[in-house]
Amino acid sequence: MIAAVLAGEIQVYHELIRPYERSVYVMALSYMKNREDAEDVAQEAFVRAFRKLASFRAESKFSTWLISITINEARTRLRRRMLVPMEPLDQVPNEDRGISPALLRDWHEIPSEALERDEVRVLIQTAVEQLPEIYRQVFLLRDVEELTISETAKALNISIPSVKVRLHRARLMLQKQLAPQLRTVNRTSKRRWLPWS
Amino acid sequence: MVIDCKHVWNYISEYLDGTLPEETRDTVQKHLDHCEICSAVLDSTRNVIILIADDRVFELPVGFSERLHARIDLEFMRIEP
Repeated sequence: MIAAVLAGEIQVYHELIRPYERSVYVMALSYMKNREDAEDVAQEAFVRAFRKLASFRAESKFSTWLISITINEARTRLRRRMLVPMEPLDQVPNEDRGISPALLRDWHEIPSEALERDEVRVLIQTAVEQLPEIYRQVFLLRDVEELTISETAKALNISIPSVKVRLHRARLMLQKQLAPQLRTVNRTSKRRWLPWS
Repeated sequence: MVIDCKHVWNYISEYLDGTLPEETRDTVQKHLDHCEICSAVLDSTRNVIILIADDRVFELPVGFSERLHARIDLEFMRIEP
């Protein structure tokens, strides 16, 4: 499809990008932290990708190329607005400092039905947004967008060991933040369903 | 080999991905079999990841796709008026 677009069949670009709309939006949202700005960044990223399509090299995946463009677009906007201090992308995680998870004595699975509730979705979105950038990027690509470790490394232009370290830390940070909160929310929800008397 | 809880936490992510070397995986498994805290850490981490990855957490805004493709059509008009 890329060849068709480059050959002048530009309408094919609509079909080319359809499978990646969500990935690009999710990545943009994780930076911009509000839906309107994330949508704006996502649109701009797709337009930029169209303009730069001739520079796309077939050895990389189209999805990882799009993600790189999205991250650049989001970072440029944030820098321009100076909303948040940007962390250098090549920052090396401090491997000496271990991350401790939240310690629980047992865990009763939280079913996915809990996600029907706004408060649960907001808890989760906030926890992901609060991750340091280098961990958030890796987590979203690997665990939410289900890229492989190697695709994640290529999209972010970092090494495979860095992806593994960052992913591990991101997962434990999210467990530490969310497990106690989700457990509490789940209990409250059960209590709501008790028959009133 | 016996390992303590802190070492097990270092292996949680690779354990979940199934990428630990067999010997390490066996050692971690033995620890998990008798340590309820580490088992709960593992189960809760797995549960948290599954919940976050659910499509409902990061939903596309209503009309996102239509607006995006309209924006792209504008770009097409710019190059092919």
